[in-house]
Amino acid sequence: MITTAAQAADSLAAENLTMFGTDPWWLIAIKAVFCFAFAMLTVLFSIVWERKVVAWMQLRIGPNRHGPWGMLQSLADGVKLMLKEDLVVKGADKVVYILAPIVSAIPAFMAFAVIPFGPADDEISVFGTRTPMQLTDLPVGVLYVLAVASVGIYGIVLAGWSSGSTYPLLGGLRSTAQMISYEIAMGVAFASVFLYSHSMSTSQIVAAQQSRWYILLLPVSFLIYIVSMVGETNRAPFDLPEAEGELVGGFNTEYSSIKFAMFMLAEYVNMVTVSAIATTLFLGGWRAPWPLSTVWAGANHGWWPLLWFTIKIQLLLFVFIWLRGTLPRMRYDQFMKLGWKVLIPVSVVWLMLVASVRALRNENYTFQSVLLYVGGAGLAMLLLSLVVDVFLDRARRSAPPLRGGAPEPFDPMAGGFPVPPLPGQTLPPVPRRRPRGERQLVSTAENTNGEEGNGA
Amino acid sequence: MTTETTIGIGGGAEGTDMVLNIGPQHPSTHGVLRLRLTLEGERISHAEPVVGYMHRGAEKLFEARDYRQIVMLANRHDWLSAFSNELGVVLAVERMLGMEVPQRAVWTRTLLAELNRVLNHLMFLGSYPLELGGITPIFYAFTEREELQHVMEEVSGGRMHYMFNRVGGLKEDLPGGWLGRARQAVAKVRSRMEVFDQLVLGNEIFRGRTRGVGALAPRIIHAYGVSGPLARASGVDFDLRRDEPYLAYGELRGTLKVVTRTAGDCLARFECLLEQTHNSLDLADACLDRLAELPPGPINQRLPKVLKAPEGETYAWTENPLGINGYYLVSKGDKTPYRLKLRSASYNNIQALTELLPGTLVADMVAILGSFFFVVGDIDK
Repeated sequence: MITTAAQAADSLAAENLTMFGTDPWWLIAIKAVFCFAFAMLTVLFSIVWERKVVAWMQLRIGPNRHGPWGMLQSLADGVKLMLKEDLVVKGADKVVYILAPIVSAIPAFMAFAVIPFGPADDEISVFGTRTPMQLTDLPVGVLYVLAVASVGIYGIVLAGWSSGSTYPLLGGLRSTAQMISYEIAMGVAFASVFLYSHSMSTSQIVAAQQSRWYILLLPVSFLIYIVSMVGETNRAPFDLPEAEGELVGGFNTEYSSIKFAMFMLAEYVNMVTVSAIATTLFLGGWRAPWPLSTVWAGANHGWWPLLWFTIKIQLLLFVFIWLRGTLPRMRYDQFMKLGWKVLIPVSVVWLMLVASVRALRNENYTFQSVLLYVGGAGLAMLLLSLVVDVFLDRARRSAPPLRGGAPEPFDPMAGGFPVPPLPGQTLPPVPRRRPRGERQLVSTAENTNGEEGNGA
Repeated sequence: MTTETTIGIGGGAEGTDMVLNIGPQHPSTHGVLRLRLTLEGERISHAEPVVGYMHRGAEKLFEARDYRQIVMLANRHDWLSAFSNELGVVLAVERMLGMEVPQRAVWTRTLLAELNRVLNHLMFLGSYPLELGGITPIFYAFTEREELQHVMEEVSGGRMHYMFNRVGGLKEDLPGGWLGRARQAVAKVRSRMEVFDQLVLGNEIFRGRTRGVGALAPRIIHAYGVSGPLARASGVDFDLRRDEPYLAYGELRGTLKVVTRTAGDCLARFECLLEQTHNSLDLADACLDRLAELPPGPINQRLPKVLKAPEGETYAWTENPLGINGYYLVSKGDKTPYRLKLRSASYNNIQALTELLPGTLVADMVAILGSFFFVVGDIDK
């Protein structure tokens, strides 16, 4: 164990972030603007891209009026949204109502500060100053990303609450539960990456993937992250806070004009952000894909990494779009079940496995014995789950199948014509509206006194 | 009287409920159905369908139109099964007049009624996944609908309100070569139906959202007069095409398959609809075969200038795509009916929601509402 600790300490000490924070102020400004512009452009592109791809999946043409192939459609939509009437509903808590879209949009951009677009060792030169292709990096870079992402959720929750209306309230509530349960799985998926990279800084994690991307080493973590990133961004099939068919628009039902545009923007920027994180943590970041990197030595140098990074992000965005085009929405409780009963246990068990493999390796066990220990543990888990499944199945089979009871011998079509019930046969009571005085019904917002408002 | 109430939802708000108005404008009510739900958290404790936003007084209007004009009104209430609606009226009038309809007209009516059924069912096969959040299947459904609408349009000139039925037959004979084109269209639609068999019905999320949700017991079916695929999904094996054959259904007994399920949940309802669509395509093919063999002849009866039904009453009912559609016709011997009572399927079907919705979640409400396959015009008449 002493060696392990020493090694860990070594590798931590080897973490070198000295190349960050040395840029002149104008370069920092340029980089910040670049991050913002990169996110915005990717969003503008990905909205058109989404509509085109979904149209293609649905045997349609998609937008084709604005610009070549409709490429300027999202820009036109954005301008249109800005010019629309800005409504503040009467029952809304005005300050929070206006604050919510801002809270939602800003953190989405902030995560980009620590995303590496290229190598950290001063590869490129901007106006004669050599600099890393990254705004900045922190020893706890990924934790910063997690923290910023969870602030963004407040925007949605507050929007739902402050609208003073029923649908947004339900949307906001759903969002709260969704975020809590999916951030845990996400955090645990990150932890196994940290175990391999010995670092939480994004540039170091990419550097550690030089020989092998973590998608190959940690496939389970990658899958868990992909699922939870879709949950985190409220995208189909996990778009429960919006749930168009159920909650009309969910948290953004009462929003219009620029405030709605902010929510839209936040959603898409978040998609880009989580894709960038997935790329950084699992897909080798800015590194060129495998066959290219072996035949072309310059692929990972100069400005080229930016291209590979962008391509990887676009591929992940395509996955988002693909999911939206194919899958129906999950039900809220099934979604929570997936989070708490599948993703979190699996990610924790996987983290344990990763940790034991690392520990055994550090204790100088050979590959075969590592395989034996880990494989044995995995097999035991499988057997256990099999037993549990058998019992669950038995319990399910013994459950009563139908609500409402067995059919009664009353045949309403006896003799081919509708007939009233015979003596001894009963119909269920005819539904009547309940008397108004029986129950006090209260709407969520004050001053929205409708016909069934405060009993007035 | 003073009452103290706490505002909020969740565990701390027992005794106070949130009232949620679903509709009259809501994406999942496709039209202007309104549901007043009382919620505890996301669980519905009380549901009340409020109907009548689109009431057009069809029954009263019937009384001011002669028997030829009524057909036009009658095909409007359920706009997805216009042909079958027309059929009910003309069958009633023909029965009152004691009129024999030419053989060709009977078979063509059967064919068009089945094609209309496919059109109607495809709409719901597409829109149901849409309500569950799957945005793609509806476009596939519309592509198939387009095929069939082409052949229907070629026959009648209409894509939705065909106005092809006349008392005593059909408006005119089929265009030359139409049978072949119709057969092609049916074959095309059938070849692509597996989109729904595999991609929609086989989808794990779709099954998860529909299996065991909104199980309708036969007791409720009987009590509320629920009919059509909804009733058959709960094991109420009743189909007028088989149990009281009209048109040429008596001779199609071999091809006609009454699809039933026992579970009564949303999945069973969807499965019923899907399998019924397959069966309707088969029936259409059988009708096409038969039509090709029939000798040439008239397709309608010559009518007098003034069409008067003799004094009396009759009830004609048909198995419409959405359920039983009935017309109770009372005549005093005038040009217009004295009373024409319309029994539409959706009106009865959605009343069962009051029984079914309490205790379910808002998300299930959408699944249940979608699986009730209603047309708001058919509810509000």
